[in-house]
Order: sequence, then structure tokens, then C-alpha cells
Amino acid sequence: MSRNPQLDSSGRLAHLLSIEGLPRETLVHVLDTARSFVSVTERDIKKVPLLRGKSVFNLFFEPSTRTRTTFEIAAKRLSADVINLNVGSSSQSKGETLLDTIANLSAMHADMFVVRHSQSGAPNLIARHVGPNIHVINAGDGRHAHPTQALLDMFTIRHYKHDFPGLRVAIVGDILHSRVARSQIHALTTLGVAEVRVIAPATLLPAAVTRLGVQVFTDMAKGLKDVDVVIMLRLQNERMSGELLPSAQEYFKNYGLSPEKLAHADSQAIVMHPGPMNRGVEIDSSVADGTQSVILPQVTFGIAVRMAVMSILAGQS
Amino acid sequence: MTTPFPDTEKLLNTLIEGIRGNIKPDTGIIGIHTGGVWVAERLHAALGSKVPMGTIDIAFYRDDYGRRGLHGDVKPSDIPFDVNDRDIILVDDVLYTGRTIRAAMNELFDYGRPGCVMLAALVDRGGRQLPIEPRFVGAQVSVPDEELVSLRRDDSGALHLSTEPRPTAHDQS
Repeated sequence: MSRNPQLDSSGRLAHLLSIEGLPRETLVHVLDTARSFVSVTERDIKKVPLLRGKSVFNLFFEPSTRTRTTFEIAAKRLSADVINLNVGSSSQSKGETLLDTIANLSAMHADMFVVRHSQSGAPNLIARHVGPNIHVINAGDGRHAHPTQALLDMFTIRHYKHDFPGLRVAIVGDILHSRVARSQIHALTTLGVAEVRVIAPATLLPAAVTRLGVQVFTDMAKGLKDVDVVIMLRLQNERMSGELLPSAQEYFKNYGLSPEKLAHADSQAIVMHPGPMNRGVEIDSSVADGTQSVILPQVTFGIAVRMAVMSILAGQS
Repeated sequence: MTTPFPDTEKLLNTLIEGIRGNIKPDTGIIGIHTGGVWVAERLHAALGSKVPMGTIDIAFYRDDYGRRGLHGDVKPSDIPFDVNDRDIILVDDVLYTGRTIRAAMNELFDYGRPGCVMLAALVDRGGRQLPIEPRFVGAQVSVPDEELVSLRRDDSGALHLSTEPRPTAHDQS
């Protein structure tokens, strides 16, 4: 079996490309370190000097506001210099290959690439071709993985529920196309969550999903029964009408998280969503803004988690 | 192999008595993780301070991050009082090169602009590499460079200093 491309020859994390294949200790180390960064973000001066003199390149080949912004804030709070490139609108449209773009940015002394790409595996390709002291973070690639989103979700769950083993967690929505769901499932099972459930219409479930160690439900009432955590996924606009789903209204009726459906979960259950939300499609406004919602804390914790990932990677040079 | 040290509880008493009388009612006590926090907890209780105790983990301010990376076990820093214009006693277990104290002061100033900052150390083993001196010490000791002085806390809460061979070439104490 080939070596995990994320780890260096001494088994330390050199790149963060996916949750799959990472040992439990690595995930816990990120979550523990992020806790200390939360205390930094609560101070007057929300900056530490760890990445002083380092250059972080945000390479977004696919649009994103939240993820790019929180990566930028995280890097700036670590005192790095941040360069944002919307590559879709520059080199690539002039015909430059991905690896040529990377080679040119490396020649500008990049220390870290944060990459979002519509092609699964693009960050892995970049990680294989960068120099030994350059680190790559996957900020979402195709349908493959979104590891920092999964880590911030795990941080949020641990913050409110304290530990993983006794929990029941339900992930609801478009599992088939979701890199977020895939990364969450790997993180939850690695951290020892007792029961991971996925709830979706059959058309939005991957064929081999049970091989990931999850229980599958197509009925919300049954799937949400007694769960401690409900993670709603975004339903992308292009899936709302067509061969997979009849209509957004129909989807909301069956799978949208309303107060009535949420009542099947544990009364202390938390509600999460990676954003951006479609109110009235996958989630009712009264739930999104309700007392059980931790959707905005997820965004805040995302900064601390990304600071933790960057400082762990940059320290392995 | 470890060798025992002068009685640690006695050193602690010397330190407490040195500080008593030199501390204002609103002086803040901040321990540096991990040994410094244990010492600070004892000082804080013995001196009857009404200001809640603070803790600092210097991991994000170390000067050897570029060489050694982030330490495995980072604790959240927590300073539960306003540091602006307040006198502060920074507490560490073993004072050596002074690099830990440099890092702790940098972090402290990211919380505000304190008044007088004083340093208290359970033991001062000399070997300074920076212009940093303690205001209060339990004892000055002489330890060969190849040895590490470490503090341990037993189940009853009692503190024990000991020396052991240094594991790596660069250690920041």
C-alpha cells in the first residue's frame, strides 16, 4: 500500500487533503490546538506571531465566500501574508496548466497553498508536485473532501456535547454530491461516534454508502429519532428540479428540518449547517434561528480550527 | 535516572514569604504552563489573592517554532482580569535561559498594557541568554547544562523538583 500522501516520512502531517486515512490522534491534536486558538480570538489583540514571514496563497478555482474569508482571517491572525487568487478569472482562462500556476507561485516563495477546486483530487496533485517545505490544504475538491469543514464541525460537536463515543449523529440531505458529508462521516467514525446516520431520498444516496459505516434512513421521523446532533446539508440549486428531485417544495415537505421534524431528535440536540443555507428548502427559518441552532458558532470556530491546521502544518518544515 | 532536589515545599515557602508584603490587593498572578501554573496556584492560595488567577501557554509565542514546530499539548491561555495598568506577577517553576519569560511577556502584552510586571520563579538555575531577572525566587541552584530541572505534582498536590539528563540539545526553559 502506498504511503498516505498527507504524512511526511516521520508520519507527521505535511498536507491536509482529506480526513480519510488520518489517525484519531491527529484529529484530536487539531481539535485540542484549536481550543487554544479560540482563547486567542477572544482577546483584544487577536493575533499571534507563529506564521510571521510566511506567505499563504488562497487558490480558489471555484467560488466561495465563507471558506475563503475564514482561511484569510485565520492566516492573518497567525501573522502570515495572505494572497488571494481567483484563478478561474486569470491564468487558467489564459490556458496555463494547474501545475504551471503552482510552479510560478512557488517561485514567488509561497509557503502554503489553500486550494479549492471543482475537480476531485486537484489538491492531491498539487501536494505531490510542491517542494518539501510547502504545505497544501484542501479547501474543498469536487465531490471528494472538505477536511477543514469536517474538523470545525467536530470541534463544534465537542464544544456542545463534550465527547464523541456516546453520540448519535444524523447527516441529512444530498449525501451523493456532498464532499462535506464524506469528510464528516470519516471524522465521526474515526472519533468513535456510536451511531452515524444518513437521511436522504434514495436518489441522493451513494450506492455503497453503508460501507462507510453509517445507517441509512429515507424517513426523517425514523432517522432523527433520539439523535444528539443534526447536520443539515445544502441542497444545490441545480439539483432542485430535475431527475433527482421533483421540486424544492416537495423536498422541504419531506426532508426540510421543521420544528415538527426536529421534535423527533433528543430535546438537547444541536442543529448544524455548513452554509450557505437555503431557508425553506433544507431548513425552516424558525429552526435555523432557533435555540438549538449552532450554525453561527460553527463559523466562528472555523477560524480557530483553520488556525490550528495552518500552524501545525507550517511547524513541520 | 533522577536525583532529588532541595525540599520543594520549603522553597515554595521561601517564595511565598518573599512576595508577601510586596503585593497589592489588586495584583494579578499569572502562571506559565505547566509547572508555573502549579506554583502560581499555591502562591495564589497562600497569599489569599482576591483577583482570579491567570494562566499562559507560550506555545504560540515560542522562538523555536520554526525549528521544532508546534508543541503537542497546547493549553488555552486564560487571563480572567483586565491587565491594563495592573501589577502582574508572572510565575514559572524553573528560570533558565529567559526565553520562556520573553515569550510570556509578549503574549501578556497582547492582552493589554500592564503596570509593573514582576517575575517569580521557584528556582533560578542561572544560564540566562536574555536580559531577564526575577524579582522573587525560592532558591538559586547550580545545575550542569546537560541536566534538566523539572517539576512534578503528585496525587496529593505536593510539588517535587528533580533533575534528569537532558533529552535533546535545544530546550527552552
